[in-house]
Amino acid sequence: MAHGWAIALASFSYLGLLFAIAFHGDRRAAAGASLIASPTVYALSLSVYASSWTFYGSVGRAAVGGIGFLPVYLGPTLMAALWWIVLRKMIRISKDNRITSIADFIASRYGKSALLGGLATVIAVIGVVPYIALQLKAVSASLALLTSYPALAPQDADAGPPWSDTALYIALLLAAFTILFGTRHLDASERHEGMVAAIAFESLVKLFAFLAVGVYVSYGMYNGLGDLFTQAAALPALRSLLTPAGGGEAPTYGGWAWLTLLSMLSILLLPRQFQISVVENVNEDHVRRASWLLPLYLLAINVFVLPVAFAGIMRFPGGGVDADLFVLTLPLLGQQHALALLVFIGGLSAATGMVIVETIALSTMLCNDLVMPLLLRIDRLGLRRRADLSGLLLGIRRAGIVLLMVLGYSYSRVAGEAYALMSIGLISFAAVAQFAPAVLGGLFWKYGSRNGALLGLAAGFAVWLYTLLLPSFAQSGWLPASFLDQGPFGIAWLRPRELFGLQGLDPISHAMFWSMLVNIGAYVGVSLTGRQSLMEQTQARRFIDPWTHAGDMGPDSVWRGSAPAEAVLGLLRRFLGASRGEEAYARFQRENARRGAAADAELVHFAEIALAGAIGAASARAMLASVVQEEALRPDEVLAILDESSQAIAHSRELEQKSRELERTSAELRAANQRLTELDRMKDDFLSTVTHELRTPLTSIRAFSEILRDHPDLPAAKRADYLDIVIRESERLTRLINDLLDLAKIESGRAEWHAGPVDLAQVVRDAANASSQLLRERDIRLELDLPPSAPPVCADRDRLMQVMLNLLSNAAKFCDPADGRIAVRMRQEDDSLRVAVRDNGPGVRPEDREIIFDKFRQGGDTLTGKPQGTGLGLPISRKIVSHFGGMLWLDPAPGKGAQFIFTLPVAATVEASP
Amino acid sequence: MSNKVLAAQRLAALFIAGWLLFNYPLLALLGGLGTVAGMPALFLYLFGAWAALIVLVALTLEGRDSGKRRVPPTGD
Repeated sequence: MAHGWAIALASFSYLGLLFAIAFHGDRRAAAGASLIASPTVYALSLSVYASSWTFYGSVGRAAVGGIGFLPVYLGPTLMAALWWIVLRKMIRISKDNRITSIADFIASRYGKSALLGGLATVIAVIGVVPYIALQLKAVSASLALLTSYPALAPQDADAGPPWSDTALYIALLLAAFTILFGTRHLDASERHEGMVAAIAFESLVKLFAFLAVGVYVSYGMYNGLGDLFTQAAALPALRSLLTPAGGGEAPTYGGWAWLTLLSMLSILLLPRQFQISVVENVNEDHVRRASWLLPLYLLAINVFVLPVAFAGIMRFPGGGVDADLFVLTLPLLGQQHALALLVFIGGLSAATGMVIVETIALSTMLCNDLVMPLLLRIDRLGLRRRADLSGLLLGIRRAGIVLLMVLGYSYSRVAGEAYALMSIGLISFAAVAQFAPAVLGGLFWKYGSRNGALLGLAAGFAVWLYTLLLPSFAQSGWLPASFLDQGPFGIAWLRPRELFGLQGLDPISHAMFWSMLVNIGAYVGVSLTGRQSLMEQTQARRFIDPWTHAGDMGPDSVWRGSAPAEAVLGLLRRFLGASRGEEAYARFQRENARRGAAADAELVHFAEIALAGAIGAASARAMLASVVQEEALRPDEVLAILDESSQAIAHSRELEQKSRELERTSAELRAANQRLTELDRMKDDFLSTVTHELRTPLTSIRAFSEILRDHPDLPAAKRADYLDIVIRESERLTRLINDLLDLAKIESGRAEWHAGPVDLAQVVRDAANASSQLLRERDIRLELDLPPSAPPVCADRDRLMQVMLNLLSNAAKFCDPADGRIAVRMRQEDDSLRVAVRDNGPGVRPEDREIIFDKFRQGGDTLTGKPQGTGLGLPISRKIVSHFGGMLWLDPAPGKGAQFIFTLPVAATVEASP
Repeated sequence: MSNKVLAAQRLAALFIAGWLLFNYPLLALLGGLGTVAGMPALFLYLFGAWAALIVLVALTLEGRDSGKRRVPPTGD
């Protein structure tokens, strides 16, 4: 089939039709009756994702890797499910900020950083060049096949000098076509309605062409899909292709997951996808339909990929035919020339659509985020003198388009022959995926910072360059093959496809792992260790929550100061062209008049957004900064700000102090409350103990009295015994009541004290005499060790007597029953007198040492042992001693026995002399 | 939950379900099944699950309680 003129005619007619649609679309847009204000058109235009790679490359991939071509379309399906959450947010942000490209988006998010925008542009351009090369390769290969058939175009043939290479002319033709399409005039918002309409149309054409060939192969050459698969299953080589990890070049499960992830990111981040889905979007609500219609489109265009691939392998078993071109070769084999022409047009359509949108998006990026910022910086004065820069802008963009096509052509000549279509495309996917941390992080993570994004992008891109792009040069012989096998300079651990010795991954998974590791690592690490500038914080707020901040786009835009309106108008005219600039200015005036506001800052902000559409956010800011006289802060303003902040600091200090005080008070209250509860419990305990103590003697008195009454004939001896008991218990009762009253008086502070100078030694001697009867009864020896003379103490003599008697009777009670000894020692220590009463009894258990000073508590086991005494003696004694300023305690004396010690302060001399 | 929030949650759930359906180990399971009615089971499964996912996303975003602004029903 060598009718070259027929092919040329069909191709030019088709391109002419596309152009007519685009022209019509632009006319309708200008008339306000948009052709593309439909969710279906939006979804169809998004199908620009399906390029020659899909049209030719999927079959080529399926022929060697089976079903492994599919993740590239499953990923977009998955991402489309999230579009309503992610893409809608990106659209809203981009509309509010007049964002025109993915590089602009990143630059704008991180404080309108020109450096970041430039870096993102470089990455996008270099990363996407292989992808453009892929389209050129597909078109020129399909054209060569079509013209030379039935002689198959020889593979791996030397392409000859560039001027004899059809691919070069195709590249230039596409460049011219793109320039006509996309850069006829300059639009402030970078929207191309006509182009979108044409893209939607070409999506239908390529789908139709592919389905036609699929149906022809399945139902014309075979008896349906079942028949085709059955025949294929008979070949062992094909059977293995039916499993996802079927060996050969099929991806492993890990590779499958990486491919899915990679294509998920690509559908969102590829420059042409961003252009169509975000920049060209007319209505956020269109995302609804696109979320399912695009996946449906991709499903439809992929249904016949595997059958066509299998049919191709079965018809051309020798491998003499390039599998990438099965789609075209099979109809030719069946002598279906019209179908073959349709397929060629479909492939051309897929390639043209991709190239047009991609190069328009990239040239906008190149102009707004790389060239203009550089020109403005280097040659700012020269540009400022120019009255109208819109021509320059268009020129830069057109040059950009040509440059991209030339780059794409060069790459296809350098590396194109060594790779299948899909492998070239994946290199670009991996480059674009480097945007993911900065973009997705920027959408949902407030603290992502400019430096983090800058470093992450740079590091990820460097790894991509080293692990994917350079190997593609080495593969095609531009770099020595030893670069791949032995590593650069023979350093084995630097081998670009087995970095640091990491083996077992396919090249794409390997590159994705390392690049994402350094990219995300640097982005998060640097963001978390640094601080954001004010501008970054403002932009981060706008991007994280575009819905809240939609209303207050005016005054918060960090512009302070004013600009002469003429200067701003001048800027608009220079960059948008005279008529568009004035139109924009008039629109602002109208809206402002309606709002009744006239703030300089608002005009500046309006101009910034309008300019951002034409020259990018970073350049727009730089340009406006040159005309806006940002007011310096006056000293009194600085002082006012300082004053305010110091007041705020003082307030906060005061508050802190108050809250500390409050805490302290509440702690005290808590303690007091606890104490009260404790006291209440103690009172209850006391009452029940007293009742118990009183009842015991009363019960025995009553019992014995009843015995005496009821048995008048008791023997006299027994009767006397019982009476004795009654008397003893009555005495005990009396003692108890006296003690209780005493204690109550002391505790309530109503006790009568007759304080005066007292000779303590004499008190001790008197007490010893008073107790002598008791001691004699128990056969206890008492040793007194008193100083010959001692200063008097100031106390109540009777009370001190009570204390001494208590201690002595206590000691007597617990003395050793066989050989009882009590020692009383008195000494003067500094300003006090110290009296120690020691017995040789069993002593007090350590755990009882404080308990015995509690009311009604006695040492030893109170449950079994019979209580001796009232249990009030020691508490009363302690109260008396402490009333006169002394202390009473139990000294854990060494050896046997207990030693009670009390001290009393010596009376002052004045008081001592009567 | 408002319809909008609910729709977003459903979409996120569909995304996760899709990721599981289209990856190891379910793929390995289906890959081992051979053919069903002359067609490779894996081929049928992938395209079937894919179509199901598309239908569910469509229902979530364009179905009756998708939070879309609708004209209130007239009449009784």
